[in-house]
Amino acid sequence: MHMDKLTSCSPRLLAESLSGKRLLEEEILLPEKCFQVLLSTKQLISIPAIENQKGSAKCIRCGNTSAHYFSEYPCGICQRKHLYCRRCIQMGRISECKPLYIWNGAEVHWPNHPNPLTWEGKLTPAQSNAAAQLEQAVNEKLPACLCWAVCGAGKSEMLFPAITAALKQGKRIALASPRVDVIRELFPRLEQAFQDVTIEALYGGSEHQAGKSQLILATTHQLMRYYQAFDVLIIDEVDAFPFYLDKSLMYAAKQAAKKQSTTLYLTATPRKNFRLQMKLGKLPHVFVPLRYHGHLLPVPKLKLSFHLSSQLANKKLPAAFRKWLMNRQNHQRQLLIFVPKISMIEELKEAITLLLLQTGAISTTEELQAVYAADKDREAKIIQFRNRELHALITTTILERGVTFPSVDVVVLDAGHEVFNEAALVQIAGRAGRSADDPSGEVIFFHDGKTDPMEKARQMILDMNERGRKL
Amino acid sequence: MNYCVYCYERIENSLTWSTWLTVEKSQALCASCAGKLEMISGKRCKVCSRAWSSSICLDCQQWRELGDNIERNYSIFHYNDTIREIITQWKFRGDYLLREIFRNELKSAFENQFANNNASLTIVPIPLSESRMQERGFNQSLALAEMLDAPVKQVLRRKSGEKQAKKNRKARLKRDNPFSITEPLKQAALIVDDIYTTGTTVRQAAQLLRLHGCPAVYSLTIARS
Ligand SMILES: [Zn+2]
Ligand SMILES: [Zn+2]
Repeated sequence: MHMDKLTSCSPRLLAESLSGKRLLEEEILLPEKCFQVLLSTKQLISIPAIENQKGSAKCIRCGNTSAHYFSEYPCGICQRKHLYCRRCIQMGRISECKPLYIWNGAEVHWPNHPNPLTWEGKLTPAQSNAAAQLEQAVNEKLPACLCWAVCGAGKSEMLFPAITAALKQGKRIALASPRVDVIRELFPRLEQAFQDVTIEALYGGSEHQAGKSQLILATTHQLMRYYQAFDVLIIDEVDAFPFYLDKSLMYAAKQAAKKQSTTLYLTATPRKNFRLQMKLGKLPHVFVPLRYHGHLLPVPKLKLSFHLSSQLANKKLPAAFRKWLMNRQNHQRQLLIFVPKISMIEELKEAITLLLLQTGAISTTEELQAVYAADKDREAKIIQFRNRELHALITTTILERGVTFPSVDVVVLDAGHEVFNEAALVQIAGRAGRSADDPSGEVIFFHDGKTDPMEKARQMILDMNERGRKL
Repeated sequence: MNYCVYCYERIENSLTWSTWLTVEKSQALCASCAGKLEMISGKRCKVCSRAWSSSICLDCQQWRELGDNIERNYSIFHYNDTIREIITQWKFRGDYLLREIFRNELKSAFENQFANNNASLTIVPIPLSESRMQERGFNQSLALAEMLDAPVKQVLRRKSGEKQAKKNRKARLKRDNPFSITEPLKQAALIVDDIYTTGTTVRQAAQLLRLHGCPAVYSLTIARS
């Protein structure tokens, strides 16, 4: 991880590079002399990187407080043991040995852009309703506003008015997501939409590293380097993540936003406490119940198949799956098959291949592939599937969000498994019917006993469709 | 509850006869991560541990012609993607705990390959430069050495201003030795380090040790690249 070398030490450049951040010395690439001057003039001040009170430690950068993410090392410099944080170690080690530095010098004045939006597209009525509310939240400096938009609502365009408003007022903006793919996908679209504004996309291995622009796109991890930096913070797809990732995103967001700031949440499946706050009227929010193409969401069908999980464990496929395959509405649609565990991919691939061959869904074994998180060929397979070189794809929950294919039927095998929580199932169902040409793919949850998440996910989709019908 | 030190998956300890017998050897890795490490097995070069079908590989034959100064190197794992990532996180990111991944294998390699034949081995870590120490706060070679049941003596020091230039082997060997010695060592030495690549580093260390009266120098490394 490195930042652009600061070749000149002009006060403005220094302030732009260092303000709103909390950095380790190794991340501040200044000549030693310059660094020392900034310290002695108190333009940079140091704070402990780990707070350790009464035996309970906290990593100041990532907010980690859980003991099993801390470890110790014997320091060869100080000749004593130091605690260090393992949770955020990919960003450079946070330990008791080295402090973090925060900027205490002159404030940066970001430019006011009188007319920054270069995008000429049009929003759908549902989009523009939400866009207007988000814009209003920025203009009225509300602390938070949540946009509950269905999968496929076209959310990036909805953000343009709010971002425009912020840029007009010379505010600093960050858009953060836990997922690199989201950042990578949004970056060129924002560059197109705001052609005269410098934008940086920060993620592990990204080309930009300095992070000194007015508009920043960042993964959760990269957001951790910021401290009281942003007037407007947009958080995309907050929920349905492993709990620890989710928690650190919320911590990073809180740290990165200025004390007086507006946080906009974008989600298709809001977490419980957000839903409660909405109910209590404490969190301003807006719905986008229709997809950009104006069609309702495909509603999942729950199909009971006795002994499903034990069948799958024995590499057997449920009869109901075969029956559905034979009778599906549109055999042209590609098939996206979700399984709960990586190990099941290999176990079931042969059986699924055979079944698809028998039912005529595929004509050669090569038309079916499997992907999982650590798969080296993951990107390539996804592209093949998108180009329709593959007919069917078996996957774990890694494809539950973010990735879109125009025309698929979605199958979940063993939907009652604990990895398929409510939000994951809503996201999975959201893969179907994404294009205007084929807005109604089938979504089938095969299970051997209904679970709460299945019912709730279905209900959430029905509720959204109900709102959509009223528009 | 035990967690995998690398991926944080829970480690399920099924109680079988073998776990009863090895109850003190706790695992650092889950089965899935452990499965990605490849132990060097089968035929290997008896000098450098590279997988090799005859007794001494071509490189080591060359070393012999130049007048080799190490008895042999023993490496435990093949240098594959997984071990590279683990070593990167351990050494460069400074995730000290990850040395636990190597503890059991390092100990048994030490006992089987060295300790049994040579009771008076002294372990000598490869020293770290001052600037590396400032960055990482620990010396990975010493961290490995301290897991073994044998005396450790830090008799080598790194000269300042040393840089790992990418020269060819002869040039590297001929070039000034990056180490200096603080105290002569009269017992046989075992150098412990993370990776054996060309063998230059260990031979530079051995050259000095031998020059100051050390009778024999061996090497034990985690991975053979
Ligand atoms: Zn941390
Ligand atoms: Zn220290």
